[in-house]
Amino acid sequence: MDLTLKVWRQDNAKAKGRFENYQIKNISPDSSFLEMIDELNEQLIQEDKEPVAFDHDCREGICGMCSLFINGRAHGPDEEITTCQLHMRKFKDGDTIVIEPWRANGFPVIKDLMVDRQAFDKILQSGGFISANTGNAPDANAIPIGKDKAEESMDAAACIGCGACVATCKNSSAMLFVSSKVSQLALLPQGKHEAVRRAKAMVDKMDELGFGHCTNTGACEVECPKGISLDHISRLNREFLLANLKP
Amino acid sequence: MSTTLNSKIPAGKVAEKWTKYKAEQNLVNPANKRKLDIIVVGTGLGGAAAAASLGELGFKVKNFCYSDSPRRAHSIAAQGGINAAKNYQNDGDSIYRLFYDTVKGGDYRAREANVYRLAEVSNDIIDQCVSQGVPFARDYGGYLDNRSFGGALVSRTFYARGQTGQQLLLGAYGSLNRQIAAGNVTMHVRTEMMDLVIVDGKARGIVTRDLVSGELNTHFGHAVVLATGGYGNVYFLSTNAMGSNGSAAVKAYKKGAVMANPAFVQIHPTCIPVHGESQSKLTLMSESLRNDGRIWVPSEKEDAEKIRKGQLKPTDLPEEKRDYYLERRYPAFGNLVPRDVASRAAKERCDAGFGVGTGQAVYLDFKHAIERLGQSTIKARYGNLFQMYEKIVDENPYETPMMIYPAIHYTMGGTWVDYELQTSIPGLFSIGEANFSDHGANRLGASALMQGLADGYFVLPFTIQNYLADQIGVARMNPDEVLEFKKVKEDTKALIDKLFAIKGKRSVDSFHKELGLIMWDHVGMGRTAEGLKEGIVKIKKLREEFWKDVRIPGRDDMINPELEKACRLADFLELGELMAQDALHRNESCGGHFREEYKTPEGEALRDDENFMYVAAWEYQGTEKPAKLNKESLNYEAIEVKTRNYK
Amino acid sequence: MSSFLNSSIGKKFLMSLSGLFLLSFLLVHLILNSFILFDNTGELFNQAAHFMAANPIIKVVEPVLAIGFILHILYAIILTLHNLTTRPVGYNKQKQAHASSWSSRNMFVLGLVVLTFLVIHVANFFWKIKFTGHELLEHGMVGEVENTYLLVTTFFIDWWWIVAVYVIGSVALGLHLYHSIWAAFQTLGLSNQLWRRRLNRFGLLVSILIAGGFAVIPLWVKISSLL
Repeated sequence: MDLTLKVWRQDNAKAKGRFENYQIKNISPDSSFLEMIDELNEQLIQEDKEPVAFDHDCREGICGMCSLFINGRAHGPDEEITTCQLHMRKFKDGDTIVIEPWRANGFPVIKDLMVDRQAFDKILQSGGFISANTGNAPDANAIPIGKDKAEESMDAAACIGCGACVATCKNSSAMLFVSSKVSQLALLPQGKHEAVRRAKAMVDKMDELGFGHCTNTGACEVECPKGISLDHISRLNREFLLANLKP
Repeated sequence: MSTTLNSKIPAGKVAEKWTKYKAEQNLVNPANKRKLDIIVVGTGLGGAAAAASLGELGFKVKNFCYSDSPRRAHSIAAQGGINAAKNYQNDGDSIYRLFYDTVKGGDYRAREANVYRLAEVSNDIIDQCVSQGVPFARDYGGYLDNRSFGGALVSRTFYARGQTGQQLLLGAYGSLNRQIAAGNVTMHVRTEMMDLVIVDGKARGIVTRDLVSGELNTHFGHAVVLATGGYGNVYFLSTNAMGSNGSAAVKAYKKGAVMANPAFVQIHPTCIPVHGESQSKLTLMSESLRNDGRIWVPSEKEDAEKIRKGQLKPTDLPEEKRDYYLERRYPAFGNLVPRDVASRAAKERCDAGFGVGTGQAVYLDFKHAIERLGQSTIKARYGNLFQMYEKIVDENPYETPMMIYPAIHYTMGGTWVDYELQTSIPGLFSIGEANFSDHGANRLGASALMQGLADGYFVLPFTIQNYLADQIGVARMNPDEVLEFKKVKEDTKALIDKLFAIKGKRSVDSFHKELGLIMWDHVGMGRTAEGLKEGIVKIKKLREEFWKDVRIPGRDDMINPELEKACRLADFLELGELMAQDALHRNESCGGHFREEYKTPEGEALRDDENFMYVAAWEYQGTEKPAKLNKESLNYEAIEVKTRNYK
Repeated sequence: MSSFLNSSIGKKFLMSLSGLFLLSFLLVHLILNSFILFDNTGELFNQAAHFMAANPIIKVVEPVLAIGFILHILYAIILTLHNLTTRPVGYNKQKQAHASSWSSRNMFVLGLVVLTFLVIHVANFFWKIKFTGHELLEHGMVGEVENTYLLVTTFFIDWWWIVAVYVIGSVALGLHLYHSIWAAFQTLGLSNQLWRRRLNRFGLLVSILIAGGFAVIPLWVKISSLL
């Protein structure tokens, strides 16, 4: 496959960015999208140019490190996958592919296609955990958890923290991300004890970090590589309202 | 410097050692804990668990990771599960049995006392994780579910769909986040450890590079913990994350920490086969698939050839023309033999011309399982794995058998540690995959997660205190004022400058791919003395070429992935040689280390317990000099050493 | 409470509550309007309109309704202004249509259309009935009951473009409601996997009913005048 790539280049967080066009030839349709960028970079190195910086690590869709807005969609033109799982067979020979970094107030670009997602860590640090010191735990079977609850909790826990929800939301809202953690823990008996504090703290932190308000467009759910449901946002809203009703 | 290895195994019966150790070791009092700094490099299961637990105890922890968040660590990719001796299934499991299976699975090359302790704390791990909100699979009664894994006759593996590693890591990451918020742990993301600093013979800190600004910084710690994972990426193609590297281990090795059994690498039998030259990494399909999937190749070469040419579909091949070779060769364990055995059997069939796909693949077939259990059950068990397979290969595994082939997955070898997980450098500890201690020559499935968390939550936080109890009188150092720190920082700067100055023609990846091929061909699944010697020559030559001809674009004061890769590759180029050297010296076949010269007439691994029942701990003598071999002999008191038999 | 109302969810909570309250008003309004369709003498509608104007309960509800409108509009502005700041650099290419509906992305625009329509509508009828009075209202008065029916029907019969404005206003209102009914419950935390489907269907039904109902009245009046 021969392709034209229109790639966002930006030297550092402060610099002004621009799009650059690159031609790339003989890409195998079985290559992954990131392997295609590897080949572009090999080409750029040979031309004595600076390769394109992008985030990636596990390349199997679980670490959440890869990002990229590809042809107008977070993680590109396929459903329920991350960019590293996107394969070139989803494109056609001769295509022009526009590659942009995540765009959001909470995710500043630090170079080319790399963004800073520490805001997510900060939100989780504000309360996205169960306060259980090592060694505190009773026997794992001491508190049975219904299969349905455990499964629903797992559905929420599948979040990989990639930020596609924020990137795709027209308001750059982080509600799906926050709700996945709140919902996971709210569904478990172990997580109930600090549910009130957790929901408040995490929403406050999310607001403070400059993410937008959810207008329930549902785009996050569609573009989430793990298919995390909007229903968790409703649970977050419920938890948050309850948290504010309690004295 | 000469190293004498003292493994510090407590006296007494194996089942009492850990209890006795805990009762007798020195502890640090709460008021002194906050005066002590601990550096933890890495945020995977071991690193995050250790940093969080040490923070909870009141130590001041500095935690480092090269990605943008601790949650990215590659522990997250573990799929299948985590072992524990809970015996919730009432199928006869016990701490002893888990211990026994692990030692046997490791082909009697692991340290008995460490493995017993691992089995002992395994149950605490499950309790801990459940209390953190890890949503393990449960049955309708609300109790925890288990699945079985290779190398065991019981169901002792706890799992959270195909994302167990993710859930365990997020649990540890949650605890870590709590300690970060509490101010006990300082997190440094996008920061890579460049070197280790030793002051008066003790590990006292590290030099790091800020991967965003390029700045080199020094950090002091009363102790340094390496939780940096394995070095499987020396093969370029592996199931490891792109950034996983062996640099921390190599830097420690060069500063005097001996490296144990570097040749022991695990080749995982169920990975998605290589598609072509641009391939950057391999994707693992969880071993749990072998619970229900059956592995086969055509029993006749002509059929295999037709399949390879696309003239025949696997679904068209009748039962009698299929060779379920694992079930045939190992009737007792069948498709659930340990990983090394399954991998070698696949290689044997493919080398003999029965491979499918590109010729380097075998089938993993769910037809019978779907008939027996229904598609919905299979979907519930492996849905995400099947989806992943389909996305990569573009074939529907519900309809046509999956293709799999072995790939580098895990390194059993690593930095040598004693019973306290301390390396041969005082004050330097190594946990999780980074150390060598628990898996011998082969790791059983679902045991990596167990070991990472055991070390991080329940072993290191105790054993490190035995060392730190002596260090309470040592005041915090200001690295800017200590000569040793300044020196190592200058060395690091010089190394970076040297790399930039080469201004050669070849990219880092081109060298890395070449190294990977050398390693796979010469230090891979089937090794020979001749091949290893040839490999060493090739690696040396490649290393020379690397230092003459590598091209690193850009500058060092900016985000520069090529520079990061070059620094890591420079270390892999030394580690690769050491691995080959270790493999060459070990004139036996055991676990993942298979020497073609040493096998039974049936082609099974042939151990030489008389001459090689020891840990080979290599001591650095200079890059161009062969490393010096130290031996820690292995004594099995609680286990009778047998030939592994999965028939 | 102030911290609650300062939070993103708190503000949306107010949007949802006020929205649902306004929805209840729309339903009552629609029922009354439908009397125009069912009784072409206008008596039923006139009686109802008189009841709404004279009833003391309604007099109490009226300012509450006004507050509901104001809150809904005010918070829409606050939320939208913030959301305009959350992506300082936009995308070169974004395929939004793939992931969300047009109406869900354009609630503020739809709200503005509905508001514009509302102003026109109030000027057309409510203002005259309540404050200025109109000669048609007094035409054929039965006791205290004004001839609101005549005012409304004459209006639609005389100007076809007014009919068009009312149809457009109704459709915008329908699109606004279609997204917002489920969304309001979602924001109040009253949705889950099961109820999301139900609420979505309910939302569709209600928005068709309201938009259709409001659009049908001017069309019916105009068309039946031509027959």
